[in-house]
Amino acid sequence: MKLLWFHLMPYTELPDDFTEKHESVWVDISAELFDPARAHEMYNDFLDELEVADACGFDGICVNEHHSNGYGMMPSPNLMAAALARRTRDAAIVVMGNSLALYNPPTRVAEEFAMLDCISGGRLVAGFPVGTPMDTCYAYGQNPSQLRERYYEAHDLVMKCWTSSETFSFQGRFNQQRYVNPWPRPIQKPHPPVWIPGGGSVETWRWCAEMDYVYAYLSYFGYQAGQATMNGFWNAMKELGKDRNPYRAGFLQFVGVAETEQEAMELYREPAEYFFNRCLHVSPRFVMPPGYMSEASMRARVTSQLAQAAARPQGEIGAARPDFEEMVAKGYVVIGSPDQVAEKLREVAVSLNVGQLMLLLQYGNMRKDLVNYNTELFAKQVRPQIEGLFDSDWENHWWPKPLSDPERARPRELGI
Amino acid sequence: MSAPTGIDERTVEINGQACRVWEKGSGPRVGYLSPAPGVPRWQPFLERLSERRRVVVPSIPGLFGATGHRQLDDTADWIAMALDLVEASGLRGQELIGGSIGGMLAAEVAAFSEVSKLVLVAPYGLYDPEEPVSDPFASPPQQQAQLYSENPAAFLEAFGPPPDEDAAQEFMLLAYRASETAARLVWPFGDRGLRKRLHRITCPTLLLWGSRDRVIPASYAKRFADGITGPTRIRSLETAGHLAAIDAPEAAAAAVLEFLDA
Repeated sequence: MKLLWFHLMPYTELPDDFTEKHESVWVDISAELFDPARAHEMYNDFLDELEVADACGFDGICVNEHHSNGYGMMPSPNLMAAALARRTRDAAIVVMGNSLALYNPPTRVAEEFAMLDCISGGRLVAGFPVGTPMDTCYAYGQNPSQLRERYYEAHDLVMKCWTSSETFSFQGRFNQQRYVNPWPRPIQKPHPPVWIPGGGSVETWRWCAEMDYVYAYLSYFGYQAGQATMNGFWNAMKELGKDRNPYRAGFLQFVGVAETEQEAMELYREPAEYFFNRCLHVSPRFVMPPGYMSEASMRARVTSQLAQAAARPQGEIGAARPDFEEMVAKGYVVIGSPDQVAEKLREVAVSLNVGQLMLLLQYGNMRKDLVNYNTELFAKQVRPQIEGLFDSDWENHWWPKPLSDPERARPRELGI
Repeated sequence: MSAPTGIDERTVEINGQACRVWEKGSGPRVGYLSPAPGVPRWQPFLERLSERRRVVVPSIPGLFGATGHRQLDDTADWIAMALDLVEASGLRGQELIGGSIGGMLAAEVAAFSEVSKLVLVAPYGLYDPEEPVSDPFASPPQQQAQLYSENPAAFLEAFGPPPDEDAAQEFMLLAYRASETAARLVWPFGDRGLRKRLHRITCPTLLLWGSRDRVIPASYAKRFADGITGPTRIRSLETAGHLAAIDAPEAAAAAVLEFLDA
């Protein structure tokens, strides 16, 4: 299986009274809380942490896109990916942005992803989220009733950019470009693997199956809450005549590993509570713009018990605040000794049938020394126990195919 | 849903989609382009008007009684639809009333075709950052009624779900579609450039506003009046909110009829 290291890049110094004094961590979070000098430290710590993950042998490192968000300081994941492309060697660079409808023209995404693929020597995974309502409709002003149509059109344009061998014209409903001819083109042919982060929408599952893309369910609420959604996904694959290759699916899981379970409980309590309380403090005003959920999905949600179960995981953004014991009990966070974590993650991967396991080893206000401890211990003692899972039975068709080692450029070392 | 007793129902086709048209009463024809979510059931405001007019209520695509909103992208699409709808409903050159998003479309119709008299009830269409229009799409669903209306009983009467459970479920889905339609037209500000076309409105125009409007401040009446070329009158209704025709149907209808009969 593939073990990926995912960074959300949260602002780590939201005040203790944040949830009492502020309405939302997202969209209208106060600019006064942002200290650029502290962000300088944070960004550099975060990039260090991702570089350590590469050096420790994680299969992939992941960044994503959020806007006006106190727990996701990456409006442009491509900037982070560019920095990582130079300072990492082997890990796949999994960019779980770009929210296609936000780019005008979307050709920009084809260009920047092609640049990243070239700089990194063919290590890019191209993630295309629709984007949350908070990011797209509120922070970026997109019309919720047109968002999906714009998304699908932008996707078609980007794909044509990567696969067309000559200059072409694109006359879409929302985008018109007389001359489309992006330079550069990606190393990976016909294009980098495409992964689609999504919620529990039947339409998205069908589309991933039809296009042969990876579906990544990026819930913050762990494997127990994710079971219904992933069951729905695999049932849909079966109906569509697709195999159960676990590499079709990605899943996000918070993890904290230490020498003993008791030590892990002590070390990871604060950052987990910081994340699930302060970072998920999102005003309900910004969660449900009309039209963001399609009429078909809304109909499925109100008319089918099954769809309701899938669409309403135990935890939801903006829901009641759990304490750490509850987070652990409900599986939001997998906590324990290396053996305990390995056993639990094996269970997660098998029960959800997920081959691309995305791990959050930094969350909330977790500082670099603890992050690196978590990362290194995981790499040394957890990874060897589970990395071979699925590999004898399934091939990962959705993984980057980089240039061979002799073909790869060697970035110069720092200093003279 | 069948037509209520005493209502003549037919459909007209707009962009290949059926739009319901309800009519009642006798006398000169007056059209009504409604706010979202549309007219799921006949309203006291319309009943009162129908005592002196032939009231014609075409459903705007996406609101109760019509679909086809997803074909409407840019402003030209919406204006062409509104002109087609008014014409197909036999309202060309007649009196026209529009409220909220329907008011915005009624103003566009009057800017591009002949309307004998125009009534705008708290229309969308302008946005002044000095006194912003509120954002109903960033309000929790349970607070929507309070935002739109000062008369909860009348609001429920007009837009509450029916008692039957299955019918209520379907009703909620149509209401969701209507909210999407409103968002499709007015996200994020409701300003689609009407300011530049207001001068084309040359007919007598009444601006009717609930003085407790929490969505579009009542002061916007003057902004509209200043831009319109035709003679304008401003009337405010003291007890009403954004949906004045729902909140104060008698007073709203009386003000409208007084203007139309003058």
